[in-house]
Amino acid sequence: MAFDSFSEFIAMGGHAPYVWSAWGVTALLLLASVWHARAEQRQLLKSLKRRVRRENSSRGNAQ
Amino acid sequence: MHSSLHSSSQQGPSEQGSSHRSDISQQISAVPLREYKGGLLIAVKATLVRDLTLLLRRRGEVLNPLVFFALVITLFPIAISPDPELLAVIAPGLLWVAALLAALLSLDSLFRSDYDDGSLEQLLLAPQPLAALSLAKVAVHWLLTGLPLALMAPILGIMLALPAGSYGVLALSLALGTASLSLIGAIGAALTVGLARGGVLLSLLVLPLYIPVLIFGAGAVQAAILGDGVGAHLAILGALLAASLMLAPWAIAASLRISING
Amino acid sequence: MWAFIHKLGSPKWFYGISAKLQPWFWVAAALLIVTGSLWGLAFAPADYQQGNSFRIIYVHVPAAFLAQSIFIAMAVSGLVFMVWKIKVADMAAAVMAPLGAAMTFVALFSGAVWGVPTWGTWWMWDARLTSMLILLFLYLGVIALRGAFTSRDSASRAASVLAMVGVINIPIIKYSVNWWYTLHQPASFTLTSRPAMPTEMWLPLVMMVLGFYSFFIALTLMRTRSEILRREANKRWVQDLVKDQVEEAR
Repeated sequence: MAFDSFSEFIAMGGHAPYVWSAWGVTALLLLASVWHARAEQRQLLKSLKRRVRRENSSRGNAQ
Repeated sequence: MHSSLHSSSQQGPSEQGSSHRSDISQQISAVPLREYKGGLLIAVKATLVRDLTLLLRRRGEVLNPLVFFALVITLFPIAISPDPELLAVIAPGLLWVAALLAALLSLDSLFRSDYDDGSLEQLLLAPQPLAALSLAKVAVHWLLTGLPLALMAPILGIMLALPAGSYGVLALSLALGTASLSLIGAIGAALTVGLARGGVLLSLLVLPLYIPVLIFGAGAVQAAILGDGVGAHLAILGALLAASLMLAPWAIAASLRISING
Repeated sequence: MWAFIHKLGSPKWFYGISAKLQPWFWVAAALLIVTGSLWGLAFAPADYQQGNSFRIIYVHVPAAFLAQSIFIAMAVSGLVFMVWKIKVADMAAAVMAPLGAAMTFVALFSGAVWGVPTWGTWWMWDARLTSMLILLFLYLGVIALRGAFTSRDSASRAASVLAMVGVINIPIIKYSVNWWYTLHQPASFTLTSRPAMPTEMWLPLVMMVLGFYSFFIALTLMRTRSEILRREANKRWVQDLVKDQVEEAR
């Protein structure tokens, strides 16, 4: 462990704004890209399923 | 053609068909012979002559980059300072950047009019390799923009108090460099020629690829001012030109095919 | 060999195999990044010269590696698409580009932030930062060109050609920028080349680099699957697949 206490860890020896902003932006972009990929996949599957249901129901009405 | 039809109509019906066929086959065999005889060199030469004639008829398009170059160079002393000592320091970079932008400006029209009137499609259909024909078009572009820019740069250099002894290097580095710029830029022009508003996109695509040429071109002029050897810079500019001469025509041809078929 | 390539080219086959591979890469990415982060942030010793600000290296270097690798991967995918007409390769190239641009931005941002404690300024025309900036423009060019075409096939082929032209230029740009920088700033402090990093410093760095690569593979697999569904929405196998899912949900 390079730090004696948690507050020292947060302070980063006076370099806190630099270290945490660089790490923060990285984490934010990584998480945002995962979230975006998940949302994209869900929405796509949802619209595909809706189309299948619509086709099923219209076929059901015709019969 | 008419007379042969007339004479055949007087012959018997059985002979009519066969003589007709031989007539046509003779003509068919005659046509490709004329086309293929000259092959590549004639096609390249024809493209060169055609493009040169067309561009020389539209003098405005040839002159515009030169006027733009002079105008941009005029802006800098006004915006920064008329002090000759300060201008002398930044002159090599200014001249190179302004010439690069002027060359970029002329790129959009490189394939545009040929695309609009359909002659680019004819070029694609030609039996000769498209890479060679597009190389001819790029050569004309360089001859009428890059070379005049290079010849004009020393005059603007005087106005920016460019130190003596670097004028020859300035013109030579620009002449060598703009040839690479035309080749690389033609790839971007070919990719965007089918797009309605390709102008800004073209500069976004092409400018990052211009950076090595800019570094060594402006570096050559700076080295000449400092009294260092310029051989290395010019050799690297030459190497960049050789590499783009080798690779760019294929990329231009592929890009033109995409723009026209898509 | 050919059979394998053609199998790889089938979106249906790729959709199946990527579903099996994907979880492994996600797990590897999560494990490596979490361990590497904890180790790098809390346990690695502070640098004797830069103090704790050197901990930015654990995001800066992996992002910079990934930024360059993704461009190469994009160009290779473009080549595969142009030569063998494998559509999956183009779908992968399309989804890679935004992540590559994001990683280039991360490398630029962390480099600029790192510059404040080391150089005393937010931006230096340092060789690495400058070539990263040019790489960002190359990414933006590829993304913009793909978006500019109305026909998908033309967009794919144009983006492939541009990615290949770009990848040939990247080493030339890198070397010329390095040369330019050494000419103008003869003696300077570089960010990452340093004498013999101790093991407890570079091991977390290796973990972070591997973690970022796993993340890139996992995300590309995931987004390529979405892209397959989007482009093949009218194909029989996609409709059957969705039908099965709908039946199961009942």
